[in-house]
Amino acid sequence: MNVVLITIISLGALGTLSAIILYFVAQKFKVFEDPRIDQVEEVLPAANCGGCGFPGCRAFAEALVKADDISNLNCPVGGADTMSAAAGILGKEVAAAAPMVAVVRCNGTCDNRPKTSKYDGASSCTIASSLYGGETGCSYGCLGLGECVDACNFNAMYMDEKTGLPVIIEDNCVSCGACVTACPKNIIELRKKGPKSRRIYVSCVNKDKGAPAKKACSAACIGCGKCVKTCPFEAITLENNLAYIDYEKCKLCRKCVDVCPTNAITELNFPPKKPKVETAEAAE
Amino acid sequence: MLKTFSLGGVHPEENKFSAGKKIEVLPVPEQVSVPIAQHIGAPSEPVVKKGDEVKVGQLIAKSTGFVSANIHSPVSGKVLKIDDILDASGYKRKAIIINVEGDEWDETINRSDKLITEISLSPEEIVKKIGEAGIVGLGGATFPAHVKLSVPPGKKCDILILNAVECEPYLTADHQLMMQKGEEIMVGTQILMTALGVDKAVIGIENNKPDAIAHMSELAKKYNGITVESLKVQYPQGGEKQLIDACIKRQVPSGKLPIEVGAVVQNVGTTYAVYEAIQKNKPLFERVVTVTGKSVTKPSNFMTRVGTPISQLIEAAGGLPEDTGKVIGGGPMMGKALTSIDVPVTKGSSGILIMPEKIATRKPIENCIRCSKCVSVCPMGLSPYLLMTVSDKAIWDRAEEEKIMDCIECGSCSFTCPASRPLLDYIRLGKGKVGQIMRSRTK
Amino acid sequence: MNTLTVSPSPHVHSGDSVKKNMYGVILALLPALAASLYYFGLGALIVTLAAVISCVFFEWAIQKFLLKTQPSIIDGSAALTGLLLAFNLPTNMPIWIIIIGSLVAIGIGKMSFGGLGNNIFNPALVGRVFLLISFPVQMTSWPEQSKNLTSYLDATTGATPLSIMKEGLANGESVSTLMSKIPSVTELFVGNMGGSAGEIAAVALLVGLIFMLIRKIITWHIPVSVIGTIFVFSGLMHLANPEAYAGPLFHILTGGVMLGAIFMATDYVSSPMSKKGMIIFGIGIGFITVIIRVFGAYPEGVSFAILIMNGFVPLIDKYIKPKRFGEVVKTAGK
Repeated sequence: MNVVLITIISLGALGTLSAIILYFVAQKFKVFEDPRIDQVEEVLPAANCGGCGFPGCRAFAEALVKADDISNLNCPVGGADTMSAAAGILGKEVAAAAPMVAVVRCNGTCDNRPKTSKYDGASSCTIASSLYGGETGCSYGCLGLGECVDACNFNAMYMDEKTGLPVIIEDNCVSCGACVTACPKNIIELRKKGPKSRRIYVSCVNKDKGAPAKKACSAACIGCGKCVKTCPFEAITLENNLAYIDYEKCKLCRKCVDVCPTNAITELNFPPKKPKVETAEAAE
Repeated sequence: MLKTFSLGGVHPEENKFSAGKKIEVLPVPEQVSVPIAQHIGAPSEPVVKKGDEVKVGQLIAKSTGFVSANIHSPVSGKVLKIDDILDASGYKRKAIIINVEGDEWDETINRSDKLITEISLSPEEIVKKIGEAGIVGLGGATFPAHVKLSVPPGKKCDILILNAVECEPYLTADHQLMMQKGEEIMVGTQILMTALGVDKAVIGIENNKPDAIAHMSELAKKYNGITVESLKVQYPQGGEKQLIDACIKRQVPSGKLPIEVGAVVQNVGTTYAVYEAIQKNKPLFERVVTVTGKSVTKPSNFMTRVGTPISQLIEAAGGLPEDTGKVIGGGPMMGKALTSIDVPVTKGSSGILIMPEKIATRKPIENCIRCSKCVSVCPMGLSPYLLMTVSDKAIWDRAEEEKIMDCIECGSCSFTCPASRPLLDYIRLGKGKVGQIMRSRTK
Repeated sequence: MNTLTVSPSPHVHSGDSVKKNMYGVILALLPALAASLYYFGLGALIVTLAAVISCVFFEWAIQKFLLKTQPSIIDGSAALTGLLLAFNLPTNMPIWIIIIGSLVAIGIGKMSFGGLGNNIFNPALVGRVFLLISFPVQMTSWPEQSKNLTSYLDATTGATPLSIMKEGLANGESVSTLMSKIPSVTELFVGNMGGSAGEIAAVALLVGLIFMLIRKIITWHIPVSVIGTIFVFSGLMHLANPEAYAGPLFHILTGGVMLGAIFMATDYVSSPMSKKGMIIFGIGIGFITVIIRVFGAYPEGVSFAILIMNGFVPLIDKYIKPKRFGEVVKTAGK
C-alpha cells in the first residue's frame, strides 16, 4: 500500500512540476501572430495545392492579411465564395475572377496519331521529352505517360486507356495549374470555363508546316488559316503554323469549328448540332 | 597488376564482333543531309544557299562562337535546300541537304597516302588550323578540339593523354583505326604535343586489344615522349576523368576540367583527323563508323562521309536483321537510341549498334532493395539510389549537395541495378534541373 | 519495318536481379541447413519448413488481401526471411510459436513498413526477438545434439556454451574451469554444440560467406568488421583478465555471431549503403554484442546488437558518404 501511495504522490508531483514549467516556458516564448491569419486559413480549402502562387494555404492566408490590396490574389480552388469570405474577415475588396478550367490541347489519340517508335524508359513525361520527341511523328503532342495526372491533387484527371490522352473531369478541376506546370510539352492550358461550361479551343500545339503535321497526326492543326478568316471577332491568331483562340474575345459562335478541315478545333458542352452539310475536305 | 581507375566500374560483355575487320570505304551516297549542329556548343551558320555548287571539303557552315565548329561539305554537288530534318531524337533540326554529283575534291587537299612526319607549323597555327578544319572529339562527346587545345591562362599542361580505350562494348572503330593508321596517329600525337607544348604523351589502351597495344608500342619507339599504357578492361575507362586517373593517377576535382591536373585528353580518332587536317589540309568530313550487333550478318567498320543516311551503312553491313528491336547511335552504355534509320551520320557517330528486341527491352522495375551495388560501381563515388530518389521527389538542393553534377552519365548504376531501376534516367533529369538552377544563380 | 524501341541509355543490363540475389543467399545457407539436419535431424527439418512456409504464406496473404497488390513471393525474399528465422530458433520449437514468429517477422517487420526494401529492421530478427521476449522458456531450451535425430518436441534439452559461460561466471566460477565443460575450439568450429538450428556450424556458414563473396552478392565489409571487432574487443578483455572474460575464439564461434555477421547483418535492406558506413555498422554490432554477452542479462546479444544498429542505419547513411572521385587533389607533377 505504502509503495502505491509513494508512487502516486511522486509521479503526481513530477507531473505538476512539469506542467508549471511548461506553462512558463510557453508564456515566455510566445510568438505574436495576427489572429486573423488563423481565421482566414479557416475559410481556405486547405488543399495546399499552390495554385495561388504561395507555398500553401497558410502562406496565402498570411499574404492576404498582409496585403492592402488583395484584388490580384485569388484562390482558384475555393473560387469567388472563398475569396469573398476571406475578404469579409479582413474587410478588404476582392475582384471577381472568372472561373477557369484546364484543357488538354492535344487530340493525338492512338487512331489519329500512329506510333513510330516504342518508348521503354522511366515512366515520366519529363524524362521522355528530354530524350526524344515521343512515340509518334508529332514531337509537340502528348507523351501519354501521365505526369499531369500524378500532379493533380483533386482527382480531376485520368488517363484514357483507349486514346492514351489525359482527360479532365471538369467538376473536380479547380484550375490550380499543377498539371500545366507538370506538362513538359506545355499542352495543358487554363482557359475560361465559359457560360454553361461551353468552350472552344484549338486542340493541337503542333508548330510544323501543314504536310508533316498532317502526316504525323490526322487531327493536327495544319495552319491553313481558314478559322482566322472565318472568325467574326478576330479572336483567332495564327503563329508558327498554329492557330490559337483567345478566350477573352471568343464569343462561342462555332463558325471556326465548322471550317476546320482536320477537326483540330474542339467544342465542349454545346448542344448537338444539325448534321453538317458538307464534310471536311482533306486539307493540303 | 594492370592499371585502371580507382573507383567503381563495371565489365559488360564486350561483344566486339567487328574487331579485326578492315576499314571499308563506303561509296558516296546520292544525297547527304549535313546537320548544322553536330557538336557541343553553338550550331554553325550555313554559308551556302540553295542551288550553290560545292566541292568536297568546302566550308558550308561557319562556326558561330568559341565553342562551335566549322562544317565542310562531305561531297561534291549542288545544295538542294537548307531545311529542317528529323534528327535522331525525333525533333526537327536544321540541315544542309546536298545532291551528289561526281566526287570532286577541293584542290588544296592532299589526297596521297604518303606519310608526312615533318611538322612545319607553330603551336598557334596548329590550333587555328584544327579549329578551321572543324575537328571535334570523335569519341562521341563532339567537343570542339581546338577549345581543348587552348590552355586557359594561368593553367599549365604537362601531359597529353590519348584515349584509345574504346571501353564501350561492341565498338571497334578506334581499334581498327590504330591497326591501319597507327603511324598517322603517332604523327598526329606529335602535332598535338607541339600544340600544347608538352613533351610527354600516354596512349591508354585496354588490354582486350593486345594487337593494338603491340602495334602502337612498336611504333611509339620511333617517337620521342610517347608511351603506350596497357589498361585493365573496365567500363567507363574512356571517361576523361577516369582515363586520367587510370594513366597518371591524378584525380580531377569535382566540377573542374582535366587541365586542372595538367592533362589534356584527346581521342585517337580525333588525333587521326588532326593529322589529316595539318599534314594533308583535309578538313573533317568523314569518319570511321562501326556497324555491329548480335544478329548483324556482316559486322563492319566503315569509312564514311558525314551526312550519309545510316540506313545505307546498315545495308552495307548485311541489312537490318529481322529481330531488330533497337538501333543505337554509339555504344550500348552511352549511345542514343534512334527513332528511325533515315538519320544521317554525324561527326560524333562512333558506331551503329543494332540490338535484337529481346535484349533491347528493359525489365520491369522493382523496389529498391538497398543492395548498394549502384554505390559500389559508381566511378564518381556518388550515391545513385539517393540521387534517383531526390530527383523523383524534386528535392533539388539536396541533389546539388549530393554532387549530382559530378555524374558522368556512364550508366553503370542502371546497368548493375538488380531491381532494374532506371537510376540514370532520373539522375539525368535531376542534372538538367540542378544545372538550370545553378546557372540562374550565377546570372 | 517494325517500330523501334527508344529508351535512355544504358541499353544493356548486367542481368542481375533481386531474385538472383535472394536465391543466391538461400543457396549460401544450404550448407548450414545441411549441418543443422546432420546435428538436429527431424526437428531442424520441421522448424525450417514451418518457418519458410508460414513466412511465404503470410507475405502472399498480406499482399493479396490487405494491400491488394500483385503478390511478389517469387522473388524469394519471404522464403529467405523464413529460413533465417528458422535458423535462429531451437529445433524443438512448437509450430504454433513459429507461425506467430513468422507473422511478426513478415507482418510487422516487413510489410508494415511497405514491403521489401522499406523495412528498417531485419524482419527475421524482429520475429526472433519478439519470440525471445514472449516465449523465453521455449526460446532458451535447446535440444541436445545427435541424441534426438528423430524426436521433435520431446527432445532432451541441454545448455549452449554461452549459457554455461554466463551462469558459471555468475556463480563465481573461473573461465578456465568453465572452458573444460565446453567443447573444444575445433568442435565449436564444426558445430558440435547446443544452439539454434542454423547458427552452430561456423564452417558451413563460412562456406556460405565465400560463395556469396564470389558471386558478389555481398562485400566483405560487414562480416569482417563484425567478427573482427568481437575478436579484438573480447580478446583485449580476455588479456586483461583471462579468468573473468572468455577468449576471443570462444566468442566468435559460439552463439549467433557467424550467422549474424554473415547473413543477418548483411541484409541489404537494413544495412548501410557506403563501404565506410558498413564498417561503422559492423563495428557497432561487434561492440554491442560483446557488451550484452559480458555485462548484460542475456547470454547472447547478436540479435539485439543487429537490431540496435539497424536503427542507426539512416543516420549512418546521412552522414557517411562514399569516397568521392576527385577528393584527393594532385596537381601537375613536375
